[in-house]
Amino acid sequence: MDMSRLSKIDDYCWSVPSVPGEQRSPVRLYGSEPLLASMDDKVLEQITNVAKLPGLVGAAMTMPDAHWGYGFPIGGVAAFDPEQGGIISAGGVGFDISCGIRCLRTNLTLTDITPQLESLADALFYTIPAGVGEEGQLKFAPAQIDEVLMGGAEWAVRQGYGVPEDLEYIEERGRVTGAVPENVSDHAKKRQRGEMGTLGSGNHYLEVQVVEHIYDQQAAQVFGLSEGQIVVSIHCGSRGLGHQIGTEYLVTLAKAASRLGITLPDRELACAPIQSPEGQEYIGAMNAAINCALANRQILAHLTREVFDRIIPNTTLETLFDVSHNTCKVERHKVDGKTRLLYVHRKGATRAFGPNHPALPERYRAIGQPVIIGGSMGTGSYVLAGTAESENQAYSSASHGAGRAMSRHQALRHWRGRQLIDELAERGILIRTRSMRGAAEEAPGAYKDVDLVAEATEKAGLARRVAFLRPKACVKG
Amino acid sequence: MRSSYSYFDHDADIGIIGCGETAEAAFVAAAEAMFAIMTDITTVSDVIRIQVGFEESDLELALVTWLNNLLTEARMEGLIFSRFALQRNETNWRGEARGEPWRAEMERGVEVKGATLTMLSVKQVEAGWEARCVVDV
Repeated sequence: MDMSRLSKIDDYCWSVPSVPGEQRSPVRLYGSEPLLASMDDKVLEQITNVAKLPGLVGAAMTMPDAHWGYGFPIGGVAAFDPEQGGIISAGGVGFDISCGIRCLRTNLTLTDITPQLESLADALFYTIPAGVGEEGQLKFAPAQIDEVLMGGAEWAVRQGYGVPEDLEYIEERGRVTGAVPENVSDHAKKRQRGEMGTLGSGNHYLEVQVVEHIYDQQAAQVFGLSEGQIVVSIHCGSRGLGHQIGTEYLVTLAKAASRLGITLPDRELACAPIQSPEGQEYIGAMNAAINCALANRQILAHLTREVFDRIIPNTTLETLFDVSHNTCKVERHKVDGKTRLLYVHRKGATRAFGPNHPALPERYRAIGQPVIIGGSMGTGSYVLAGTAESENQAYSSASHGAGRAMSRHQALRHWRGRQLIDELAERGILIRTRSMRGAAEEAPGAYKDVDLVAEATEKAGLARRVAFLRPKACVKG
Repeated sequence: MRSSYSYFDHDADIGIIGCGETAEAAFVAAAEAMFAIMTDITTVSDVIRIQVGFEESDLELALVTWLNNLLTEARMEGLIFSRFALQRNETNWRGEARGEPWRAEMERGVEVKGATLTMLSVKQVEAGWEARCVVDV
């Protein structure tokens, strides 16, 4: 990124001065100078375009892991006021609606699992459907899909996938309101028929990790984490259904924008006023997809428990937290001293409520929401806690991952899947995948340094580091 | 101009390029590019044929609609396609795809979830037509 176009607010926050005649809201970029300098100029172009959309409140923002996306940059955050003509954008939510991470803490230590790690990795790989062409064991009729879309993880628990205690530690208690399955096409529902309880492909994973370092003992204790403990993280979303909704509504919203005279700086920013019929229709479908993703991760958590129970009997896997990073949520935020109801788009950004937020489960209320930054398969991930500072400056948002530093095409030129898997095995990280191409594209070197992202997230005041998780076994799509 | 496909860089996903003598031929090549991300399409037989049809006056939106219709059909039925044909009568598009159900021994690439409007363009070039967009994986 051309740093000469930015103005420094502090070491971890930058703005973009307007050029004469430019009509837009402010832009704020969070991150260290090296992280921002390494980003593609497209990130700046895209977030500046977002700042031109109607009804934006405050600034359009990027998180420290931002990279080039579709219309909205990945790592983009923008809040809109429906009373001021604010819009809803399918590109601002992303195609994989409600993609997110479920983190489960176990009662095991690294010493406990080391002898069985190979068996555990194999059993997870053969039990959790992952990758292109793979379908789940569960098949649903369209009417059942509607129940999933209305019920989310709550529905899954009622079907016997998981336990009611899980719901306490999932955003929205496992089910968002406002889902309208009738707004989801038959194609989308049919596409999902064999995809419930599947991980997907690309950057999605199921990882067995060890807590290698604790940054904040008090918060770690509240989160139930200690050094040497084994945790499991599941990264996936609403699968084909979410993508079908995103694809179909992109065209619907593009046509609505044209009909309503909204000038789009980029076609992919297709949007409609929140209060328009098209906007409301998309919101109903999006909420249905959020419930689909929550149900999917709940089923995957259940399958993971079954595998652990088979390989290492009497293991407990409790939900630490389940947080999405591709959403638009209706939230109350204080702006210029007034509380306003805003539609907060987080495209590749994690909600990060600070201490005492009423939406948090009682257990975490004094500490803040668990925030999960998922890293690449060879490096590691972070658990952080939301801060009050972030509520004030970034609508309670933080980074969601390491963020790509290199395109998939470039990664294929640098690495070979088999060689990479062998090298990681020598370092004690077992990779299980059906796709050598996928492994190469997901090489750790193709991602930004997750340590720098987590550090910048903390120093920018977006969330504070609690624990570092090192991968031990990873099932990739 | 011989039909061919290639790729271009995008930070998170993959850009595809289809080229051909006509816009329709370029769209067919773009479809080959997209399915070749998922497997080695030279090993896919053509025992199943499906048809797609849609109305679209915008040439660029037609590319995205064509690709997304193919993906939807493939995912709904658990199929992988390798051969394509497409015809246009003004705004009316009629196409077909041939392929087979996924087999366990097929080479696994990366799942393409959808074609996007990012870097979307359909244009006439010196020797024919070029169609490109980024696909989400």
